[in-house]
Amino acid sequence: MSHCAPRYASNKGVAAAIKKALGKDMVSVDEAHGEIAVTVKRDRLVSAMTALRDVCEYQQLMEIAGVDWPDRDPRFEVVYCLLSVTKNHRIRVHVWSNEEDAVPSVTGIWPVAGWLEREVFDMYGVTFAGNDDLRRILTDYGFVGHPQRKDFPLTGYVELRYSEEEKRVKYEPVQLAQDFRNFDFMSPWEGADYVLPGDEKVIQSGEPPRGTPPQVNTPKTTEKPEQTGAGKAANKAATPKQKTKGGSK
Amino acid sequence: MSLQPELSPTTGDEAIQNYTINFGPQHPAAHGVLRLVMELDGEIVERMDPHVGLLHRGTEKLIEHKTYLQALPYFDRLDYCSPLGMEYSYVLAVEKLLDLEVPLRGQYLRVLFAELTRICNHMLNLGSHVMDVGAMTPNLWMFEIREDCLNFFERASGARMHSAWFRPGGVHQDVPLKLLTDIADWCDTRLPKLFGDAISLVADNRIFKQRNVDIAVVSKEDALKWGFSGPMIRAAGIPWDIRKSQPYDVYDRMQFDIPVGTNSDCYDRFMVRVEEVYQSARIIRQCINEMPEGPVASTDRKVVPPKRGEMKQSMEALIHHFKLYTEGFHVPEGSVYVATESPKGEFGVYLVSDGSNKPYRCKIRPTAFSHLQAMEMMSKGHMLADTTAILGAMDIVFGECDR
Repeated sequence: MSHCAPRYASNKGVAAAIKKALGKDMVSVDEAHGEIAVTVKRDRLVSAMTALRDVCEYQQLMEIAGVDWPDRDPRFEVVYCLLSVTKNHRIRVHVWSNEEDAVPSVTGIWPVAGWLEREVFDMYGVTFAGNDDLRRILTDYGFVGHPQRKDFPLTGYVELRYSEEEKRVKYEPVQLAQDFRNFDFMSPWEGADYVLPGDEKVIQSGEPPRGTPPQVNTPKTTEKPEQTGAGKAANKAATPKQKTKGGSK
Repeated sequence: MSLQPELSPTTGDEAIQNYTINFGPQHPAAHGVLRLVMELDGEIVERMDPHVGLLHRGTEKLIEHKTYLQALPYFDRLDYCSPLGMEYSYVLAVEKLLDLEVPLRGQYLRVLFAELTRICNHMLNLGSHVMDVGAMTPNLWMFEIREDCLNFFERASGARMHSAWFRPGGVHQDVPLKLLTDIADWCDTRLPKLFGDAISLVADNRIFKQRNVDIAVVSKEDALKWGFSGPMIRAAGIPWDIRKSQPYDVYDRMQFDIPVGTNSDCYDRFMVRVEEVYQSARIIRQCINEMPEGPVASTDRKVVPPKRGEMKQSMEALIHHFKLYTEGFHVPEGSVYVATESPKGEFGVYLVSDGSNKPYRCKIRPTAFSHLQAMEMMSKGHMLADTTAILGAMDIVFGECDR
C-alpha cells in the first residue's frame, strides 16, 4: 500500500465474517480501494445493522451519505459508514432506494442516525420509516426541492434579499447577470455526449458521424507502387535511377 | 397558638406553564449561527431543539461542479478555525483513490502543520469556552498564541487562514528553513509560557470548576451511540484517537500520548484539550527534528503540476501545467471514506468518483453534527446558564456543521 490515508486493521477474513453474521439480509460484499462495502436488502436493514453492531462489533455509526444515480433504478444509494473501536476497522453498508420506498430507520440502534437521516431526506428526498422527526435540517425554513439531486440546478430557483420598501426579506426567482459556466473537459475522442459545431450537418445527411471507421470489404494494401495512388514522377530529378549503366569506365 | 407555615403562592389551582425561549441565532455564546429552541421549567432545561443550517452554503453541491483541485479551497471554509485539518481528509481521500504516494518531507510537513492547526484551533476554543463561563483574560492571552500560528501559516502558504496548502500528492510549496527554526523556538519558549500562564488562571479556579465540573456527564455507552469523536469521546474515558489507532502520513513515527478524561464532564473536555496542546507541541518538535530533505510533493506529473522554473525549460512541463490547471486530473472510478483526527474530532470525506475530473459526490462528515445532536441529551435537567458551558466544551463551528 503506497498511499498515506489512515491505515486500519486488515480486511482479511472480515468479508467472510460479515457474510456469516448477515446471512440472507446481505446482497453482496465487495472490496475496492482497500475498503469493504456491504450491500444490504432495504427491508432487512435494521436486522442487518443490529447484527453488525452486536456480532461484528461495529459500535459506532459515523456517517450516512446519500448518492444520486439518476440513470439507475432504484435511484438513490444510502451509505452508512460504520466504525469498530474495538477491532479498529471500518466498513460501509449500502442500501438502494427510490422516492416512493422508505428506508427503515436505524435510530433505534444509534440515536445519532436521527439528524443524519434528516439530512439525507432534506438533500435527496429519501424517506426513512421509523424516524419520528423527519424535518428538513440544512435548508431554509419553507424550502422546496431536494438540492443534492443531480437534476437540481446549482444556482437553485429562488434568491432572497432584504426589501427596504416592504421592510422584510423577499424571495424572488434567481436572476443571474451571467450564466454559470460549466466547462466540459471531455475530449470528443473520449466519449463526449455533445455534438461538435458542424457535425450536425453530417448527422442530417445520413452519413456516419465523425469518428466511426469506414466500412470496407477488402482492406487496402500498398504492396506495389501503383497501389499508393501516386502518379507518374513530375520531374526527372525526382525519379530514382533505374540502373547504373556499366559502372565506372 | 401555633405558627402556621405560609402557603406557597404558586401552589393551588394555578398551573405553572413551561416557557419556550429562543437562544440565538445572533448570540455571542452560540458560537456562530446556532438557534436553540429551549423549553424551560423555571431555569431548568426540559427540552431543546437545535436548529442548524443557517450557514448552509451548498459546499457539497459546489464541489460536484469543480475539478478535484478547485474543490480543495472549499475545505478551508468549512471549519475556518482549523482550515488545514479540513483539507487533510480531502487530500488523503483523493490520494487513496489515486493510490498516490507522497514523499516523506511532504508527509512530515503535513503532520507538522496539522498539529499547528490543532494548537490554533484549541486556542480559540479554550479561550471562548473560558469566556462563555465568565473569564475574559485567558481568552486574550490565548489569542496571542493563535496569532502566532496564523503568522506561521502565512509564512508557509501566503494566507493566514484559508491556506489551500495541502494538495493531493503533498503540499503546495516547501517552507523556508527559518520558518522551521522559528516554529521550534516558539514551541520551546513562547507557547509553553503564554499557554501555561493562561491555563493557570482557570484550571484550578473555583468559579471555573463550579461552572464545569459534573456538567453534562456522558457515559461511555452514550458516547459511542451518539457518534462522539475527538476530545468528546476521549473525555468520556475511551482512548480513541485516529492519529494513534489508524495512523496516516508519518503519525506512526511520532511519540505522543492520548489524554483521557475520567469524569466525562465539561471540565474533562476542557482539560483533554489543554493536554492535547502540549502533545501537539511534542509532535511538532519531533517533526522538525526528523524531517528529511527532498521533494514536498509527488513527482507524478499527471497529478502534481510542475514548478515554474521547470516550465521555462521543458515543453512537457508546460503541457502538464496547462492540462492540470484547465482539465485537472482524472481519478479512477470508486468510492472511499477517509476520516482523520481533526482538532474537533473525526472529520471524514466520503468521495465517489466516476472516473472523470470532477468528484461525482463528496459527502463531508462534520464533527459538530453528531455532537450538537446530543445537545438535548446532555443539557436536559441542567440550568439555562449551563448550556453555554456545554456548547463551549463541544467545540462547534458552524462553517463545518452547516457546510
